[in-house]
Amino acid sequence: MTTPDSATALKSTNAAGFGDRVGSAWLGWRQRRAARHAQQEIFYRHTIPVRVLHWINAICLAIMFMSGLQIFNAHPALYWGRYSDFDHPALWLTSETDAQGHLRGITQIGTSRFDTTGVLGASDVDGQMTQRGFPDWVTLPGPQWLAMGRLWHFFFAWIFVINGLLFVAYALWTRHFQRDLLPLKSDLRHLGRDIIDHIRLRFPKGEAAKHYNVLQKIAYFSVVFILGPLVVLTGLTMSPTMDSVFPFLLWVFGGRQSARTIHFICAFSFLGFFIVHIVMVMLAGPWNEIRSMITGRYAIDPAETNHGA
Amino acid sequence: MAHDRRNFLARAAAGAGALVLSACKGPSETTWFPKVLDSAEGLTRRVQRLFAGPKTLAPEFTKADISSFFKANGTLNPGTDAYNTAVANNFRDWQISVGGLVEHPLKLSVAELRAMPSRNQITRHDCVEGWSCIGEWTGAPLKNILALAAPRANARYVVFYCADPMSSDPTDPQFYYESLDLIEACHPQTILAYDMNGAPLTVPHGAPVRLRCERQLGYKHAKYVQRLELVESFDHINGGNGGYWEDNGYTWWAGI
Repeated sequence: MTTPDSATALKSTNAAGFGDRVGSAWLGWRQRRAARHAQQEIFYRHTIPVRVLHWINAICLAIMFMSGLQIFNAHPALYWGRYSDFDHPALWLTSETDAQGHLRGITQIGTSRFDTTGVLGASDVDGQMTQRGFPDWVTLPGPQWLAMGRLWHFFFAWIFVINGLLFVAYALWTRHFQRDLLPLKSDLRHLGRDIIDHIRLRFPKGEAAKHYNVLQKIAYFSVVFILGPLVVLTGLTMSPTMDSVFPFLLWVFGGRQSARTIHFICAFSFLGFFIVHIVMVMLAGPWNEIRSMITGRYAIDPAETNHGA
Repeated sequence: MAHDRRNFLARAAAGAGALVLSACKGPSETTWFPKVLDSAEGLTRRVQRLFAGPKTLAPEFTKADISSFFKANGTLNPGTDAYNTAVANNFRDWQISVGGLVEHPLKLSVAELRAMPSRNQITRHDCVEGWSCIGEWTGAPLKNILALAAPRANARYVVFYCADPMSSDPTDPQFYYESLDLIEACHPQTILAYDMNGAPLTVPHGAPVRLRCERQLGYKHAKYVQRLELVESFDHINGGNGGYWEDNGYTWWAGI
């Protein structure tokens, strides 16, 4: 027979059991975490200047990429050479009306045409399919507004360039460049092993985690010292005033329209770097990685060999 | 299920997009933020001027480089009664007046302009939209015309008034106009051009006379030029920004 009292007692016993289980699981997790932390070494990975310059650069790149797409949308075609050969664009985001009267977005690369409705060539603007190079959710500002896109782009271009020069000066001055970024001959010797480790998603531990591996060095070195200068110089080559000062830039890049095309390729190379960068942060432990770029502190797991010893 | 998921993903993407959009649309539509952004214009102008000085020449090309098709942009035909009449009599009565802060106000017919010393240049035209065309231009250096008019010491800018209305409202035609400072106006490649690729300017390209200022973007190259005014400041002219597109948010410095 179940009295109201015994029912209450039963319920409370159950509740206490569940609470205990949660409590002990929590305690167990805390203990394991503490044990792991006891083995971890906290390494001061990024100095304050590097962290500040990194985040300013991240903001600049995001704004310059999106405002750059806004500027591109004013004439969504790329050419190779000195001038625009309108009949032979290298890339053209355009649109056409199909038999049903619907607007289709077309991406033309060389002479190949692809239907990219909804994203490239034609996309939704306020519920209406509209001819537009890139869609309004990747451009800055969203609506078609070349003058405003240019204001954003050229304001943040200054910050990007000054920030980049400060980083290069700092990295050379403190030997961060020579020590951490410049790929050395000795690095290149284990390029093959590093590639295999990356593919197997085996991230370095212990002492090895304190240094960039050769793939990281190559990636950071080429973004800072090749892609960065290239995007700035091709940008300057598009300026008619700067062409009067540095006409050799036109010769180097094969003309203003080629420079514009290279500038576009650089922008998407930055996007490619960003995607790989974010994926690696996620795989290597997002909290630890992001914290290391905010507070500078990076937790390193002990190397496998320590366990054996 | 797959459809639901796709729907959800599409909605999530649209939501994220809207969030980014609202964040980005916001500052552009305030009055103060674009002013902050526009502060870079002065820096760009000063630094570009520091490098370029008054005399560096825009690259010139050969006849082989001339674009087979030169895109005409902006107004393709002013279409006003006065302009149509001028076209009909082959611009015989077209006059370009030079006034404002000058010692000797003057008027030039197209024939008088053609009689002046001329400069021929094959240059690249860069539209603010991003495309370029190469063409050959012949015209009178603006420096010589200004010398005839003798600008006063306080003159700082040349304002170019054009015959093409930018609005279809006849009560407020908003004729195109542009301006250069005296450094750019006296640049050796700054000319009032009357020939393009060896033939008189056509209507889409600004007949009978257009400005060429080769270190600046296309919108500076005013077409259908009728009147030049030397001023100390353009604050009092139309929107006060020194040009039609400048009054519509574009920067006055068009060197980049």
